[in-house]
Amino acid sequence: MNGTVFMTFPITATSHTLAEYRARGGYAALEHALREMTPAQVGERVKASGLQGRGGAGFQTGLKWEFVAKDAPVVYLCCNIDEGEPGTFKDRWILEHSPHQLIEGMLLAAFALRVRHAFAYIRGEFDLPLRRLQGALDEARAAGLVGENILGSGCSCNIVVHRGAGAYVCGEESSLLNSLEGKRGFPRNKPPFPAVRGLYQKPTVVNNVETLAAVPWIMRHGAKAYAAMGVSKAPGTRLFGVSGHVAKPGLFERPTGYPLSRLIHEDAGGILGGRKLKAVIPGGSSTPILAAADVEGVTLDPASMAKAGSMVGSGAVIVIAEGTCMVRLLQVLTRFYAHESCGQCTPCREGTDWMDRILARIVAGKGTTADLATLQRLPTSIMGNTVCALGDAASMPVASFIKKFGDEFEHYVQHGRSLHEGRLAP
Amino acid sequence: MSTVFAPALLAKFDALRRQYPPEMKTSLVLPLLHCVQDANGYVTEADAAAIADYIGMPPIQVVEALTWYTMFDREPQGRYVIKVCRNIACSLRGSEQVLDHLQQKLGIGVGETTPDGKFTLKTVECLASCGTAPAMQVNRTYHEQLDAAKLDRILESLA
Repeated sequence: MNGTVFMTFPITATSHTLAEYRARGGYAALEHALREMTPAQVGERVKASGLQGRGGAGFQTGLKWEFVAKDAPVVYLCCNIDEGEPGTFKDRWILEHSPHQLIEGMLLAAFALRVRHAFAYIRGEFDLPLRRLQGALDEARAAGLVGENILGSGCSCNIVVHRGAGAYVCGEESSLLNSLEGKRGFPRNKPPFPAVRGLYQKPTVVNNVETLAAVPWIMRHGAKAYAAMGVSKAPGTRLFGVSGHVAKPGLFERPTGYPLSRLIHEDAGGILGGRKLKAVIPGGSSTPILAAADVEGVTLDPASMAKAGSMVGSGAVIVIAEGTCMVRLLQVLTRFYAHESCGQCTPCREGTDWMDRILARIVAGKGTTADLATLQRLPTSIMGNTVCALGDAASMPVASFIKKFGDEFEHYVQHGRSLHEGRLAP
Repeated sequence: MSTVFAPALLAKFDALRRQYPPEMKTSLVLPLLHCVQDANGYVTEADAAAIADYIGMPPIQVVEALTWYTMFDREPQGRYVIKVCRNIACSLRGSEQVLDHLQQKLGIGVGETTPDGKFTLKTVECLASCGTAPAMQVNRTYHEQLDAAKLDRILESLA
């Protein structure tokens, strides 16, 4: 394990337990904070570290915490474990192998924000991650780390595990809050942001698993040590998941600014079956696709990715080999977004369905040139016209696939069949 | 017809209610729907109304949640519900072949149940198993890095 913040220990049958987490130095940061620090000092250190949200949007964590009014009588904390961005499988690694690291991070955040009730909103499908989290919470409660009067400090924080029930949109923070209130997961208009009016209209902070689980390390090693890793404008390490057509798919902890090409060709063992690279979706299915030629020289940080025309997103690198049919691959995504649009905003509800029906028509060999033109126009009608980012997320793949691989779409429409025999799997 | 829940199930409801601060009573909607589905295999509208009654909220709000979230089933399912991921990473690693193999083996299409009531076959969106694709879930259990031989072994192991 050659990570710094997360992948620092060999995985065994017991490496997820409280005893082993403590042997690795776990909960020392919490104990120190409770005894020696003020909540404001904890918040300041997280802010100084430069830690940014790891769910995909990359907002400054310390700043998000700062938006909560200091005199608010009730503040809630929610950990977003609705990991569902296609290509992403990092949060479950933390829950399966180091659940106490998340719990300690939640407790430190709760201390900084004076939170009495914290929630772990976990996607309903998760099995082992859920059991590991519940088991870890049981251990932590029995050890006096969660609940009333934590470690005799006078501070109390309860953590409730709340299961979702199958909805991609609930990974959007305001949608998650509605879901946690027992409603349909409709995103809310912002402002007001959750830090002002969140769960049950009370100030609420929603943070991703990887974000919160980085906090204990920052508290132990200092803000400077964290800020020194990776690129200065988006520092730290990230859990990059590599999937698709690579020889060794998997999760790799690397500093931000790590070369994308090296991650694919060295860490993940290169392209499956010795084929050539065709394209990469670098940050989860919603981020714009890069053609092989765009990948050279790109590093895994926001500035380099923006220059290349995409985003780091959730750190989910989906690799596509030569010989893959990009038209059918895009249909996999349009079907997904049409399925997951919550139905609240017309441009997204109707637009995602239109895009999917057009793609289905093209794949069935019945597409027309006019269909292709409509498909190119639709993203511009959806993006920016919806309450949440799902509309944009659905639009960016469509726009970028056609931009980068337009010839394949034209061939499919003209000849009624795929340039690559419709191939997806090798 | 309104549902009357068994005492054992109501005890589980009470235990869940104790976890949440009292001012958050409507947060119980998803936990209680999960609880009924885990016990009965599916949730009816009458169940939803009874849950609303237990929480003390309008039934329509519970029915809304029941029908909006994809994990809740409103009719009986097979003893083993097989959910094959059809999203991007799994597609790139052979989820279409996985689905073909299962359809052939079980003799049913997606959304159908075998006549003996043993298997229901479904497709689902990303299960966060992209690094171990292709993947599927059988009831709660994840099965990953699937191929035809592994699928056969899994099916044989299900009594």
